[in-house]
Amino acid sequence: MTKSTKNPILAFFSSVQLALFLLFVLAATSIIGTIIPQNSPASFYAKQYGPQMARFFELLKLTDMYNSWWFLLLLLLFAINLIVCSIDRIPQVIRIIKKDNLAISPERLQKMSLSSSFTWHTTIEMSVDRVHAILTNERWKTTQRDNEQGTLFFAEKGPWTRFGVYVVHISILIILLGAVIGSSMIAKKVLHKPSFAFKGSVMIPETRESEVIYSFKSGQPIDLGFTVRCDFFDIEYYSNGMPKTYLSKVTVLENDQEILSTDIEVNAPLTYKGVTFYQSSYQPYQDFVVSLQNNRTNKQIKRVVPPAKQLEWQEGGISFGIINQEAKGKVTQRVKVWLTDNQGDPSTFWVNMGQEAMIERPSGTYTFNAKQLYATGLQVTKDPGVWLVYWGCILMLVGLYIAFFMSHRKLFVFIQQKGKNTEIIVAGNTNKNKIGFEKTFNRLATRFEATDE
Amino acid sequence: MNSSQLFGITMIAYLLSTAFYLALFLFKNKKIGFIGMLLAAGGLLIQTIGIGMRWYESYQMGIGHAPLTNMYESLIFFSWCTALFYLFMEIKYKARIIGAFVMPFAFVSIAYASFSDRINDQISPLIPALQSNWLIAHVVTCFIGYGAFAVAGSLGFIYLLKAGTEQKRTAAPTLFSSLPELKIIDDLTHKTIVFGFMWLSAGIITGAIWANEAWGTYWSWDPKETWSIITWFVYAITLHARFTRGWGGKRIAWLAIIGFVAVFFTYFGVNFFLSGLHSYGSS
Ligand code: HEM
Repeated sequence: MTKSTKNPILAFFSSVQLALFLLFVLAATSIIGTIIPQNSPASFYAKQYGPQMARFFELLKLTDMYNSWWFLLLLLLFAINLIVCSIDRIPQVIRIIKKDNLAISPERLQKMSLSSSFTWHTTIEMSVDRVHAILTNERWKTTQRDNEQGTLFFAEKGPWTRFGVYVVHISILIILLGAVIGSSMIAKKVLHKPSFAFKGSVMIPETRESEVIYSFKSGQPIDLGFTVRCDFFDIEYYSNGMPKTYLSKVTVLENDQEILSTDIEVNAPLTYKGVTFYQSSYQPYQDFVVSLQNNRTNKQIKRVVPPAKQLEWQEGGISFGIINQEAKGKVTQRVKVWLTDNQGDPSTFWVNMGQEAMIERPSGTYTFNAKQLYATGLQVTKDPGVWLVYWGCILMLVGLYIAFFMSHRKLFVFIQQKGKNTEIIVAGNTNKNKIGFEKTFNRLATRFEATDE
Repeated sequence: MNSSQLFGITMIAYLLSTAFYLALFLFKNKKIGFIGMLLAAGGLLIQTIGIGMRWYESYQMGIGHAPLTNMYESLIFFSWCTALFYLFMEIKYKARIIGAFVMPFAFVSIAYASFSDRINDQISPLIPALQSNWLIAHVVTCFIGYGAFAVAGSLGFIYLLKAGTEQKRTAAPTLFSSLPELKIIDDLTHKTIVFGFMWLSAGIITGAIWANEAWGTYWSWDPKETWSIITWFVYAITLHARFTRGWGGKRIAWLAIIGFVAVFFTYFGVNFFLSGLHSYGSS
């Protein structure tokens, strides 16, 4: 490392001191946002903390601090720090890996932290063969070179593991990049294209459809480029009354063509053309979804019916309406229906929500089914950066594993003539896990020692 | 025998194990230490069966799910991870006395789960948001990390205790002379933090993936998420300070303790002092 030739600005941005400082400041300031509630209405802060504090919060953007200019600036500095540091150091790593290890002198080998020497009572040619055989047997891929003093073998394992740390660092940059690409703020303010990345929601009553969703932050409508229809919404409960499933059956349409129909549940979203729909809420209405079928003709209708209103089914010659209901809170249990085919007295009957009733009329039998109308609340997001974030995460775990648990191990064996015998010097070093490598080395050294009969 | 009874036995075993390890620490009698280890191992075995049993019981109730879904179950699991990680370390590195400082964590968390009236020990069905395999991956990875960090914090504490007495340079053997060499404690602390950091990273990642599957945002800066990243930063500082600035000894010992305080706040503090998505802990 030649510190003196370095540009001071580069030196500053590549320093680990800066990294430590930034990590500390990021950790410390992050605490603020866990104490002051974020993104509440301005009136909340005035009431909770007093007007003066509220103004102070506003000044430092503490009410949305993770999106504030100063927090984003810290993250930017952090990213620059990582980039400069990596650019600064990766060439050094490459140099270490590319080093000509066979140029090393026997004296240096003897000074290595792991080093031992033996005498073999055999010729140098025999020794070279033996060393080669042992190392190959222990799965070390060797290179060798003869010099005026003797023959040097070199073998190494995992030189590339020196990049593990940089895999981790680069993975952080990839995650940050993914977050930037997926940011709705950047899509809106920098790209001026809110439909590129957004987070929003939409409420769709059953049987209705929507082509837009509404952005969380601004409430602005955003065009989906296709249509989503809610066909059905249902809540299932456990026997103790806790909710078990929220389920929406939805259909995607383009140019009035049904493209696909599917179920959305919590933890089972639908993704279509990069837009993901999550089950997030619901709302019960006063109205009902009624389906009515003439069992003779098999003709059928499905209508949204407000209570206490008479509806006509022209084709079937039927008039009907909902004239009474029983509810628990906002959830209707059963309804009383009035129905006639204009022949004889009208029928009136109670039917439970979601169950079928068969009605005998002079004109035939009819199947009647009513359920309370719900709207499904879908959270809708488009995040074109999420795949980068996911790849970054995988890379980070792989990099951490390499950085922590793998090492670059080097092994040298030098063979030289000593009178009628040969002298063998075995030496090795590693950049990590010294204890583990020492065991390997000692086992190998013992094997070398034992080889001479 | 049901799972609560098994956890009761585990609790007693961990308490006795703590006592025996403490006795080993005070009287330096090897046999006592061996009994402490047997008690810890026996407790761990019974606890493992208990966790399996609770899982089975949930299926018998018709709401089967892994027992990792509320504060009670997570405390039990934290205790299990800590005991498991400690025993692994004791066997691998022959550092028995450390149990006197680690087993109390395993004991306290299972005892707190059993006796606190803030904690509901019923097996309840899963609300829709928790019905995800990512939940299991998330809890398991986080808690392996937390277990390791609990051990690292204890090691930091032991280091400071011993370093404090050694500074006085008394030639006579002190109470703390039976603890491993400072160098060894220091090395174990580092290894433990490295291991925990790996799992904490995996825990944050699996949590982010789950959040994205359930809510459509992998990161929303809710207090629990924020505290987990704060914890992650603390350990990242520790690793860099050691690896690139050569920190060691007392400084790393302090960072190991600060790190565990952050873990503790991520796990408990957030549930009890702050509000957010992860509110299951308050039930
Ligand atoms: C939270 C973010 C970061 C994480 C998770 C991280 C992770 C790591 C890891 C795991 C190591 C290996 C440590 C070991 O083997 O014990 C490492 C080393 C290192 N990190 Fe980071 N790092 C982060 C941020 C940074 C930043 C911003 C810098 C900017 C200077 C930096 C500079 C270094 C350096 C210079 C090394 C030593 C590399 C070597 O000499 O082999 N790190 N980092």
